[in-house]
Amino acid sequence: MTPVTGLPPWAALLTSVLVLLGAGLALTGSLGLLRFNSFYERVHAPTLATTLGAGCVLIASMVFFSALQTRPVVHEILIAIFLTLTTPVALMLLVRAALFRDRIEGQAYDEVKARALSADKRALLPHHRAIRPAPIDLPGGHHPGDGHEHDPR
Amino acid sequence: MIANVLIGSLTIAQILLALAMAGATFRMLRGPRAQDRVLGLDTLYINAILLLLIFGIRSGSTAYFEAALVIAVLGFVTTAALAKFLMRGEVIE
Repeated sequence: MTPVTGLPPWAALLTSVLVLLGAGLALTGSLGLLRFNSFYERVHAPTLATTLGAGCVLIASMVFFSALQTRPVVHEILIAIFLTLTTPVALMLLVRAALFRDRIEGQAYDEVKARALSADKRALLPHHRAIRPAPIDLPGGHHPGDGHEHDPR
Repeated sequence: MIANVLIGSLTIAQILLALAMAGATFRMLRGPRAQDRVLGLDTLYINAILLLLIFGIRSGSTAYFEAALVIAVLGFVTTAALAKFLMRGEVIE
């Protein structure tokens, strides 16, 4: 199972460090995916695994197989090029779809919220208070609308 | 001795990547909305590529590399198709 006995020590050490670094970065990206609050924050986290994590593991694989076969083995660079090209495209498509969905579903809610906000602002404006009709002077000092209509006195 | 260091670090990296895949699976199963599930699937296949590469280093064969390349291609197609489905409601129009 282990062909690593005939490996030079520098290659084994470099492969170990790069593999650990790549796996740790992938785990960090996944933790960010778990712990961020909104989708637009979460979409940034896995790119850590895509760029640096995948780069470290791919360089580790290249170093390992080059040292094992004593010739340059660079076919891992295919995966690196492909991930670098496709991940931004896929995530931008996904974020545009998410923006579209949020805009569609947030429209009705935003209309209700805007109406409530404008009503509140209208009640708070001073000229609306000024043009409110003055209370009619009724005999006995009882004014309608001052909260004493059901007063039993 | 240095071979033991390499084997140990490969094992630790496999455990870390398995934890990362578990996190992505949790986000895929419990995502609040559909785009979170698609993002979890994207993270899951990237971690699967890295895990397959580490399997390849551990066994010393380049057969795992081709599986990783196929997963990369199909994963991109999957994410693009799912994003288009979320956008338009259909994949092929």
